[in-house]
Amino acid sequence: MAWWRRKKESLERTSVEQKQSLPKGLWSKCDACGEITYTAELVQNLRVCPVCGHHHPMPTRERIAAMVDEGSWQELDTELRSGDPLGFRDSVPYRERIVKAVKSAGPGDAFASGIGSIDGVSASVGFFVFEFMGGSMGSVVGEKVTRVFERALERRIPAVIFSASGGARMQEGILSLMQLAKTSAARARLREAAIPYISVCLHPTTGGVAASFAMLGDLILAEPKALVGFAGPRVIQQTIGQELPAGFQRAEFLVEHGMLDQIVSRLEMREHLGSLLRMLGPRAAAQVVDAQGV
Amino acid sequence: MTVKILEFERPIVELERQIQELKRVSATPEMSLEITRLERQAAQIQRERFASLSPWELCQLAKHPDRPYTLDYFGELLTEFTELRGDRRFADDPAIVGGLARFEGQPIVALGHQKGRNTKENLYRNFGMARPEGYRKAQRLMELADRFGLPVLCLIDTTGAYPGIGAEERGQSEAIATSLELMMRLRVPTISLVIGEGGSGGALAIGVTDRILMLEHAVYSVISPRGCASILWKDAEAERTAAEQLRMTAHDLSQLGICDEIIPEAVGGAHRGLTVTAAAIQESLRRHFAALRALTVEERLAQRYGKYRRMGHLEVVSESV
Repeated sequence: MAWWRRKKESLERTSVEQKQSLPKGLWSKCDACGEITYTAELVQNLRVCPVCGHHHPMPTRERIAAMVDEGSWQELDTELRSGDPLGFRDSVPYRERIVKAVKSAGPGDAFASGIGSIDGVSASVGFFVFEFMGGSMGSVVGEKVTRVFERALERRIPAVIFSASGGARMQEGILSLMQLAKTSAARARLREAAIPYISVCLHPTTGGVAASFAMLGDLILAEPKALVGFAGPRVIQQTIGQELPAGFQRAEFLVEHGMLDQIVSRLEMREHLGSLLRMLGPRAAAQVVDAQGV
Repeated sequence: MTVKILEFERPIVELERQIQELKRVSATPEMSLEITRLERQAAQIQRERFASLSPWELCQLAKHPDRPYTLDYFGELLTEFTELRGDRRFADDPAIVGGLARFEGQPIVALGHQKGRNTKENLYRNFGMARPEGYRKAQRLMELADRFGLPVLCLIDTTGAYPGIGAEERGQSEAIATSLELMMRLRVPTISLVIGEGGSGGALAIGVTDRILMLEHAVYSVISPRGCASILWKDAEAERTAAEQLRMTAHDLSQLGICDEIIPEAVGGAHRGLTVTAAAIQESLRRHFAALRALTVEERLAQRYGKYRRMGHLEVVSESV
């Protein structure tokens, strides 16, 4: 038995190395169809596989550039940093985790907020930075999301949030949970003022983010095959002890069950958002008319 | 009543048993003096031990199978309780109970998570883990309260919202999210009280209120210690450590500015004195409802928004990058 086990391990190691070496290089292999694409071409195509249309993960900086009109993005709230209110420590102290995340994903915590125009419509926009601790929502993310709504209210412009998050950040305990209440409160004020808010669910949008503002859009859109749900599939499987149905919690599943308005390709997202925002907001539409000088 | 005994309750329970035994066998004056002395000692030990419970022990106590549940408190606190059922959309979820009742003569809407006492009840109540229907029923009752100007009382006691296939199909996250938004808009006074376990979003869904109160031995957390341990420590057995790190006791939440008041329980926990505990709750609710009723609708809504708007811990750097 011993020789057989060893052999299997060494085989696995080789295959993992091979898999990792591909995307780093000039060529990328599609996770869905296996097609090899020139990486620059894939990036050019917003990381959507030109053969099968599979949406690959997209770095937030690339997404901002793709969703907001060129030169219009003005990032705000960059002065906010996470503290360590609980003095939390698992295998690594929370403060160290933050330092590491800042090094790899930038100083803005797991959310980028600002003002930009989307297909000509000026909007208060927010992007989850999934690269930063899995897009988890602690105090800083909650504050930035709240400010996206408040800014939309102050300036009478629509709000758009692109969500990608594992949920509330455990390291800030109950304070993270309360960000669900805080963000939903700000969202409520926007609804009362009849200012449009479009929620775009990216892969994955789960836990506390799904269970608050991500599911509170006037319109809720998603990218193809994005996982959107309250509990993670692993937790559900452990709880019920049975296999989950194919496509469970994917965007297509949510549309079927009436939880999403539409699935929109990343390649058409910006123009589509612009068109929807123009139809929803008289104010937003008026701005476009002004800009065109009519 | 079947009393389950936790490890830290054992010495006290043993002492109490000895006292009972002494009472039974002898009636001499010396013995009754001894009994009184022992009883005093038992109460003292209990008070000291319960004042120094670890977060992990409090997690155990918060879900003690003999701990009073929502309907037990309703029985003590309310009169004319009339249960109102169903979400008018899909089903009635027995994991959340609610209805019309009177609190000290005043009509209110009262609701809360309801756990079961035994296997049969727990199958019916789904262990107090609500599905979307439960939250939508709560929304319906809260809207009713708002329409008729009735204050709302929510008792929180859940491990969490139910993670199941049907719950996801019917929009668990949408149901919770909508509850959070709705509770911000209610014009009537609202109070939530954590009576046992406050389990994450499933608890918060009926907890965005003017006041957040907690029983002395209740806990409230963003994730269960076990869930947290299995993700961050990659070991569910690290749950004791996680329970400490998460800062989830009533005392912690008070320090973090989330819990407005800690309500004392009977010595040895609420399950050893429902009436005493309920009396303390009643006194606290009376005070808070009176204070909230004294405000105008605008003041209440502004204070509620401010309360949640301030929650969180931020650090600000002067040089933005």
